[in-house]
Amino acid sequence: MSLTNYLVLAAILFAIGATTVLLRRNAIIVFMGVELMLNSTNLLLVTFARYHGNLTGQVLAFFVMVVAAAEVVVGLAIIVSIFRTRRSASVDDVNLLKS
Amino acid sequence: MHTLMSLTTPAVVAAVDDVVAPVAWEGARLAVWLVVVPLVSAAVLLLLGRRADRWGHWLGVLASAASFVVALGVTVGLLGLPAAQRVQDVSLGTWVDAGALTVDAGLRVDPLAMTFVLLVTFVGTLIHVYSVAYMEHDAARRRFFAYLNLFVAAMLLLVLADSYLLLFVGWEGVGLASYLLIGFWNHNTPYAVAAKKAFVANRVGDVGLVLAMGLMFATFGSLDFGTVHAGVAQASEGTLTLIGLALLLAACGKSAQFPLQSWLGDAMAGPTPVSALIHAATMVTAGVYLIVRSGVIYAAAPTAQLVVAVVGAITLLFGAIVGCAKDDIKKALAASTMSQIGYMVLAAGLGPVGYAFAIFHLVTHGFFKAGMFLGAGSVMHGMDDQVDMRRFGGLGRYMKITYVTFMAGWLAILGVFPFAGFWSKDKIIEAAFVPVDGEPWRAWVFGGIALLGAGITAFYMSRLFFLTFEGQKRWSARRDGSAQHPHESPLLMTVPMIVLAVGSVGLGWLLSGAGFVEWLEPSVGHAEHHEPVLPVPVIVGATLGLVLVGVVLAWRMYAVGQVPVAPPRGTVATRAARKDLYQDVVNDAVLVEPGRYLTRSLVYGDKAVVDNTATGLGRATVGVGDAVRRVQNGYARSYAASMLIGLVALTVVVLAVRG
Repeated sequence: MSLTNYLVLAAILFAIGATTVLLRRNAIIVFMGVELMLNSTNLLLVTFARYHGNLTGQVLAFFVMVVAAAEVVVGLAIIVSIFRTRRSASVDDVNLLKS
Repeated sequence: MHTLMSLTTPAVVAAVDDVVAPVAWEGARLAVWLVVVPLVSAAVLLLLGRRADRWGHWLGVLASAASFVVALGVTVGLLGLPAAQRVQDVSLGTWVDAGALTVDAGLRVDPLAMTFVLLVTFVGTLIHVYSVAYMEHDAARRRFFAYLNLFVAAMLLLVLADSYLLLFVGWEGVGLASYLLIGFWNHNTPYAVAAKKAFVANRVGDVGLVLAMGLMFATFGSLDFGTVHAGVAQASEGTLTLIGLALLLAACGKSAQFPLQSWLGDAMAGPTPVSALIHAATMVTAGVYLIVRSGVIYAAAPTAQLVVAVVGAITLLFGAIVGCAKDDIKKALAASTMSQIGYMVLAAGLGPVGYAFAIFHLVTHGFFKAGMFLGAGSVMHGMDDQVDMRRFGGLGRYMKITYVTFMAGWLAILGVFPFAGFWSKDKIIEAAFVPVDGEPWRAWVFGGIALLGAGITAFYMSRLFFLTFEGQKRWSARRDGSAQHPHESPLLMTVPMIVLAVGSVGLGWLLSGAGFVEWLEPSVGHAEHHEPVLPVPVIVGATLGLVLVGVVLAWRMYAVGQVPVAPPRGTVATRAARKDLYQDVVNDAVLVEPGRYLTRSLVYGDKAVVDNTATGLGRATVGVGDAVRRVQNGYARSYAASMLIGLVALTVVVLAVRG
């Protein structure tokens, strides 16, 4: 398979993730969009590692996964906490920063 | 401290401009104590506060008297030296050392300075004694004596300084003391305003002195009398004229000369002893001192000298005319002071021929005018602080000592033989008739004005005297409603008056006989005798004749005639004179109102330009913030969108640039 296929797939995944983040209100879904974008990046990292024939990209992908896992832990905790106080997981309800 | 330490070092510098004094005289160092003693006394009285209330006034008297004793000692020592060595410079070490400008603090002990020192300390001590009784019922008597001592110290520093800069320190010191004492009863708003007026008018004069010092430094590179006076020969006449005019401005401010005279009348708000000491005998004559001290400069700048004489002549008439219409006894005396100082300034403007007589008249005037002020204080003391002469009358029978001492002062200022004024004022009139630089018109103009002034002086002083002591009683009730019962003042007040009256009678004859003019020669230079345009007996006769006319006129109007209690409307001239010849109106129109307008427009400009710039900047910031705030809507998704758009835009730009 050519490099282009991988790149296009990664771009499609990233676009889906970004669209999800921008368009969906439910925090959980938004979170999933974020994860999707991270994974499209991982795909690119791995692709280029293979393409260049070294392991740097693969190692970096592992790092991204670890960070993503940590981020999910914190993020889900926040979402749960918000849901408990507001009975809603909509990101548009959480707009207290607006004066 | 430095002053005290340097007393032990034996170095006495003797350097004089025109008189060479090769032998330094150690005794001159004592002059330091003249300034130190009253200064320390003033500090003690001010710092101890109420703890010194019980004995503070006596400390003040003692300090002044001690200064007088030292002055007497120094003068006797000076008299023991040959005339050529009577100018002694005492160095007190370097004071200012700033790059090109180096000023040594030093005193110049010479006949001119010692004449002033003796006058200030002698009259000062008498007035201190008088004040003990006069201020007896004042809760702040100690503070009053502290200020008086401060004044004496500053005045002595002024006349003893050997550089214009140190003189300036004393000059400001007496200005401060004058301000504090005019406003001594400053709970009374008009008094506080009068103090402020005197202070401001004096500051205008000070600008002249500062200007003169700047010019001197630029021209001579130094400010001490010796260097400046020695350098005059090399300087251009234009510069010297400027310096002379600047010094004259300073003298006008301090000595209440035209056009800066308006403060002196209001300065009478101060307690009467202050009027006697500061605003009659000593401080207001500092301007004459400055001009005489700078005689070398004026000798090389004839234009400036002519202006001095003109200012003196104008003021002598001005003061005399104002004096004719004033009903307040102290203000009438103030106008007279102004006029008499006008005589001195006129004499100083005549050049070396007049310097000695200016100082001579200054000394005799110091005695008789202080005596009359103390007399006025005594009258006020006995008449429940009444100052309106239309409310006096016939007081001579009730206050015998005041009457007789005042009469001595009155005859002295009239210039009646053999009273003090005859020996000094008539000499000035004679000197005014001497043609200067071979221009006879000056002799006729100045001589004529001086002669006319003598006649008017006789009229207004006789008016004052007759209104107060002769004629019918026109007394008003006391402030508490009871009837007036004038009484003689206590001994502490009458004794100084008697001493000053003795001076008013005999001082002129005494000093004239003792060679006062020759005594001053080491300081003011020798003047060749010139013949006046009229024979001397004619001048003396004319003067005495005019004086007689003035007295008779005043006698008929104010002693024999009926004097209305309420001032009549009077002629245009009377009304103008009552208002100080509209000097305040002119000042208001020419200086105060434009000044106010200027400040108002400055305030407006400040608000319109500066303030608006500042507030506008703030308002713009707020506006921008307000606009930008709308982007921060609190929706996480819109933030994410802006991040994404930004990122995409950045990428596009980077690609395009690399492209």
